[in-house]
Order: sequence, then structure tokens, then C-alpha cells
Amino acid sequence: MAATKRSIEPLLWVLFSAGGVLAALLIPVLLLLFGVAFPLGWLTPPTYEHLLAVIGHPISRVVLFLLCMLSLFHFAHRFRYTLYDGLQIKHLNELINTVCYGGAIAGSIVAGYLLWQI
Amino acid sequence: MNQTDRPIYTEFHPRWYRPRTSTYWWLKRPSYLLFIGREVSSAFVAWSIVYLLLLIGAVHRGEDDYQSFLRWTSSLGVVLLNVLSLFFVVLHAATWFNLAPQAMVLRYKGKRVPETWIAGANYGAWAFLSLIVALIVLL
Repeated sequence: MAATKRSIEPLLWVLFSAGGVLAALLIPVLLLLFGVAFPLGWLTPPTYEHLLAVIGHPISRVVLFLLCMLSLFHFAHRFRYTLYDGLQIKHLNELINTVCYGGAIAGSIVAGYLLWQI
Repeated sequence: MNQTDRPIYTEFHPRWYRPRTSTYWWLKRPSYLLFIGREVSSAFVAWSIVYLLLLIGAVHRGEDDYQSFLRWTSSLGVVLLNVLSLFFVVLHAATWFNLAPQAMVLRYKGKRVPETWIAGANYGAWAFLSLIVALIVLL
């Protein structure tokens, strides 16, 4: 029986899907607080000690790492197909894949390093 | 040649008709624009993650870096970018949760669970988690 060549697409789709769920649930509130509310003075930002304690908690580290890694893969997968469908630049496929997924991997490594160190 | 002659068939097939797609096809209809908006929202998701990592990096380096990061975030360009990102991130969440009933088909006693319940459950989880995160950060 000849074995069919397995595609990696299902795995990439699962990462995309999980990333989409986490990003949808967590990023809006985080961006609202740290991107808009604190900078514009609507709410007082947390003290350094409090934020350090929150981020440094083991559960936070794991959740933040998963959020970062999966959201980056969500972006990589979706953006790759947007360039493919939206701009019709199929001939640049290999370059696009390398940049998108490579960027996601690089970002995940940075996230892992920072969250380990803190 | 007359009508009683048998036709001669060849291998040739005429070229398929494939109209060229314009690079700006997505501007031609509102639904296309919404679709591309949904896809581009992923780029703003990525920016939010980069922003989050910048924050974590600043916290990692110490109190002074945290304070100067906070000052940087209130500069006009960054605020405008983040407001735009917030719009796209919320668009991502809304389009994602509205699609959830199609991705997650649940059946109870043979009948399909109504779509509004599944979407509503997702929105409920979103509201609940947002509240929890806000409380953890603020209190």
C-alpha cells in the first residue's frame, strides 16, 4: 500500500485556529488597557511592582507565552493566504512562507525568552 | 467534403476561458472589503503581540524602562496606531465569534443547538475573560 504524502497544512490550520481563539478572547482587553486607556489617562496604569508580580506568576507566563506564540502563527497563516489571494502573487510563495512562518517562530522565541527571564 | 463524411476528431481542446482577476478585486464589493478587512486584522493581532512583548521587555529591564515605555505609549503616533489596531482586533473577535456556530456544530438529542447560543456563549466567554484580565491588571 503506497503511503500518501502527508501535508503539514492541518497542523498549521490548528495553530491558526487556536491562535485565533486566544487572540479574539484576550487581545482586545489587553490592547484597550495598555494601548489606549493607560496612555490616554483614562485609568491609572498599574505600579511596576504589581505588573511584575502579575507577569511573573507561572500561570501568567504560560498563558502569555501561548497567547504570543499562537497569535503569531495565526497571523502568519492568515497573512500568507491574504498575500496569496489578495495580491495574487503566487510566484513569491516560498519567500512569503519563509517570512511569515519564520517571523512567527522568531517572535515565539523572543516571547519565550522574555517570559522565562522575567 | 459532404454531409455523409464522418467528422475527423483531434486531440485539440480550445483554451479554457479564465478571466484575469484584478489585483483590486476586493474593492468591488462591500462583502469583499469586509473579507479583506478580516484577513488584514491578523496583521494588527501581530502588532498587538509585538506591543505586548515590548511591554514585557520594559518590565523585565526595570522600573525606569517601564515608566519610559509608558511615556512612549502616550505619544500621538503610537496612540493612533493602537486605536486603529483596537478596531481591527475587535473586528477579528467579532467575525471569529460569528463564525463559531459554523465551525462548532453541536447536537443535543438529535436537534442542532441554535447558532445564537453558540455565538452568544463565545461572546459571553469574551466578556467574562476580559473582566477577569482587567481586574487582575488593575487591582
